[in-house]
Amino acid sequence: MDIIISGLLLGGTYALMAMGLNLQYGVARIMNLANGEMLVLGALAAFTFYVSIQLSPLLTMFIVAPAAFLFNWLIYRFLLRPLVRRAKNQGQLEVDSILATFGMSFALVGVMVSIQGGYFTYSFLADPFSILGTTVALNRFIAFILAVIIGLALYLWLHRSRPGMAVRAVAVSSDASKLVGINVARVSAMAFALGGAITAVGGTLISTFITLDASIGVIFTMKALIIVIMGGVGDIRGAIIAAAILGLVETAVASLIDPGLTLAAAYLIFLLVLLFRPQGLFGRRAT
Amino acid sequence: MNRRNFVAAAAKTVAAAGMAALLAGTALAADTIKLGAVAPKTGPLAGGSTVTHWPSIELWVKQTNDKGGLKLKDGQKMIELIEYDDKTDPGEHIKAVQRAITQDEVDFLIAPYGTGFNVAVAPIYAKYGYPQIAVTSISDLIGELTERYPGLFFTLGDTTSFVNGVKDILVKMRDDGVIGNKVAMVNVADAFGIELAEVARPIFTEAGFDIVYDKSYPLGTPDLSPVVKGAKATNPDAFVAWSYPPDTFAITEQAAIENLDVKAFYTAVATAFPAYGGKFGSKINGVLGAGGVNPDTPAIAEYRKAHKELMGQEPDYWASANTYASMQILGQAIEGVGSTDREAVTQYLKENEFDTIMGPIVFDEQVSNRFWTVGQWQDGVFRGVASSNMDGAVPVIAKSGWE
Amino acid sequence: MNGKEVQSLTAIIVCIIAAACFPLIADGYWMSIGVTAMMYMALATSWALFSGPTHYISLATAAFFGIGGYLVGTGMSDYDLSFWLMMAISAVVATVLAALIGLATLRLSGVYFVIFTLGLAEMIRNLVSWVQNNFLGSRGLYVLTDFTDADIYWMLLTVAAAVYLLGWLINRSRLGFALRIIGNDETVARHVGINTAWSKVLLFMTTGFFAAIVGAIIAPRYSYIEPNLVFKPELSFLVVIMALLGGTHRLWGPIVGVIPFTLLWEAISISFPNYTTLLLGLAFLLIVYFIPRGLIGLIEDLVERSRA
Repeated sequence: MDIIISGLLLGGTYALMAMGLNLQYGVARIMNLANGEMLVLGALAAFTFYVSIQLSPLLTMFIVAPAAFLFNWLIYRFLLRPLVRRAKNQGQLEVDSILATFGMSFALVGVMVSIQGGYFTYSFLADPFSILGTTVALNRFIAFILAVIIGLALYLWLHRSRPGMAVRAVAVSSDASKLVGINVARVSAMAFALGGAITAVGGTLISTFITLDASIGVIFTMKALIIVIMGGVGDIRGAIIAAAILGLVETAVASLIDPGLTLAAAYLIFLLVLLFRPQGLFGRRAT
Repeated sequence: MNRRNFVAAAAKTVAAAGMAALLAGTALAADTIKLGAVAPKTGPLAGGSTVTHWPSIELWVKQTNDKGGLKLKDGQKMIELIEYDDKTDPGEHIKAVQRAITQDEVDFLIAPYGTGFNVAVAPIYAKYGYPQIAVTSISDLIGELTERYPGLFFTLGDTTSFVNGVKDILVKMRDDGVIGNKVAMVNVADAFGIELAEVARPIFTEAGFDIVYDKSYPLGTPDLSPVVKGAKATNPDAFVAWSYPPDTFAITEQAAIENLDVKAFYTAVATAFPAYGGKFGSKINGVLGAGGVNPDTPAIAEYRKAHKELMGQEPDYWASANTYASMQILGQAIEGVGSTDREAVTQYLKENEFDTIMGPIVFDEQVSNRFWTVGQWQDGVFRGVASSNMDGAVPVIAKSGWE
Repeated sequence: MNGKEVQSLTAIIVCIIAAACFPLIADGYWMSIGVTAMMYMALATSWALFSGPTHYISLATAAFFGIGGYLVGTGMSDYDLSFWLMMAISAVVATVLAALIGLATLRLSGVYFVIFTLGLAEMIRNLVSWVQNNFLGSRGLYVLTDFTDADIYWMLLTVAAAVYLLGWLINRSRLGFALRIIGNDETVARHVGINTAWSKVLLFMTTGFFAAIVGAIIAPRYSYIEPNLVFKPELSFLVVIMALLGGTHRLWGPIVGVIPFTLLWEAISISFPNYTTLLLGLAFLLIVYFIPRGLIGLIEDLVERSRA
């Protein structure tokens, strides 16, 4: 029971890291290597507001979300859109977006280091909380609940609303979407911005229980990439389920076998999934 | 050299020549002592170096310059600090050191941050004859390294004394009847963590302790609750974590949440950071960790005050003071020799006693044997409780709960 | 061998000889830049041997490089074995590993392949740390040798030259032809009777082999080996970036990428030590926007224009 609860909580953390990237890559087709930096930026905001004016990260979240949405929208509109327009095929776009977002990640690290070079560490709701007989950290639990809410809202929006449907259509085929009158450029920009906002909010929440620093983004980028690919590109359910699997596997291995093997086991699961389902859990077979 | 670089270099030369001509009238004022400093400002070790390493160096340079610089035979000279970011990458670090030596022609170098980096650049310092007063470098190979590199000095101790410090504290607590024999031990699976655990196993066993839990966890583990739960399940009397900065915070937080109620709780690197105290407040009263200071000596008190005023942040309770002391040693050696003759300064370092904020320091076979090994948070201050030849250790207290 | 081929082979050899003379004129500083550049040249060219023609972007470089560096570290530090022996062992280990990865990834394509290699490299990094922690134990991995920067440079140059010549030979061979067809359309390649699996795996093994040797050569330069530093995933990314900056459709593309990249990196580090990372990022963005086809594309455009 311990393992299942702690595992799901960790899965929630992973979902926060990966849901945004899933939208960005699945819809806007941008392999965003600056994803982790966006997350750290959200964390930095939480840390700064908390230590300077004692603002709760749960409130900071509401500042971070629109700010990150706008910021990512601008990034897409002015930095990435030209690349999309220029690219002759998906391969070219992938190469260009890898290079460009890698550059952005460096630039963002540079900016954040000049703001705060040390660790972003503070204590927020680091209290024991008992759930079904298992003691967990309250901050982790709250992050989990919010991850569930965000995931659910995103899923409903994608599957029950008109704009959500447009987003899904673009995820399946941007060419075909154009033919049925969807403004692909606008939908992509929105998906990218929304993805960035979710990632940044994830960072705000994660910072309440993981100590971050300005340079740590790449670790989150890698984890997010692994989760998105494991789940299958362009399907939000995939990312969430992959996140939960990794969380459970890591916790189970740490508790039952050896904590030294947690990350190795998580990667092993990822590799096995791809070996048996080369397109990820929920991915569509490439045509 | 490509053309753009060449043009830039040429432009610089012209500008420098112009400046020199301008300043020629004002005599030797432009004559400075150049100090090169290469350490992380970004990358995995940046979080630590921006607390422990950089501020103390900058503070010393600022204070020395405010006093008019270092007194040499041919007059007093200001210090020019040349800083480079190594991005926590050994290749980048080596390049920057070479750049400082051959392009900037620095007079002296400030030893890097971290054991690996100190070992990696030792051959270069040796090749060009720069003394290297290593601070944040802890190794059990000190003997071999100092023999190989005659200009390499160590000031923060070796791995074995570190572990022995912890063992002595645990033995003392056991003798006093505070704790029993059961020790739970975890370590981060990276260089220094592995080394400490490896050294600790036989030392703890020999001292009669029973290591009831002995696990590692990978660097960057996002959730350490299974580790703490696992340790707690073995019902230990003492908990020792050979940890790195991010996980030191995480293990402590998790221990408080799980209420890991041990009388002796130790985490390694970063326990001495002010941010650690800031984060946990009174919860961590009684937590043991690597390092320590005696904040009551006037010299340390003055240093801590100046650090806060001039750098806008507190120093840590461990290697910050050693870093500052290493700068004092270098400064005094340069003044003692009266010139920037590196060979003479190295020789001077070996033969003299230096007056530092850590008290008088001498090098015996290039190693200073004055350092703190274990500290403990007591009422908001991280005080030294075990050391090698330091005065002012306070008695260790038992940890009682996480409130 | 026709005239054009003789010409290009001569050009290669002249370049190698010129590069070999570099340590004779360079001081310590330029030598350290040379070593870094040469390391990336060897890595990026060997990476492009596989990824250039097939368009499969591999992020496993750090795994092979790490195996080289780590095995040299453990072997020399804990078992007193010679540097050369460990280098050979690491090359064999990496090649076998590359063969396994190659076989495992045959069904993967596109981004799934990219991230698979990343995940694999990370798994190896964690496994190695765990094995060292639990079975080998260690009081630090020291690689203390008497190699100078120039020695390391020459060793790296040898590797880079070997990669280059091998690449040149492959390009002229049936294998190279097969790879180019795979890169254009894998299904077509299979239909015309090319053993795509065998060609891909073989090339991938070559990449792994060379990356491990480079890692082994660099180990004495680092002197103190930390598993998490030699297996650093950023290395894989940097190698890809440099190769892409140069352009991967020519064998000499990555080299053209590495040299300006290293110099630019250096220029920024000197001029703005406190904002290096920020400005490097901005420089990257400018390159992507203004030199869209890589440096090689830029050169080809210029050549074309001068001819017109």
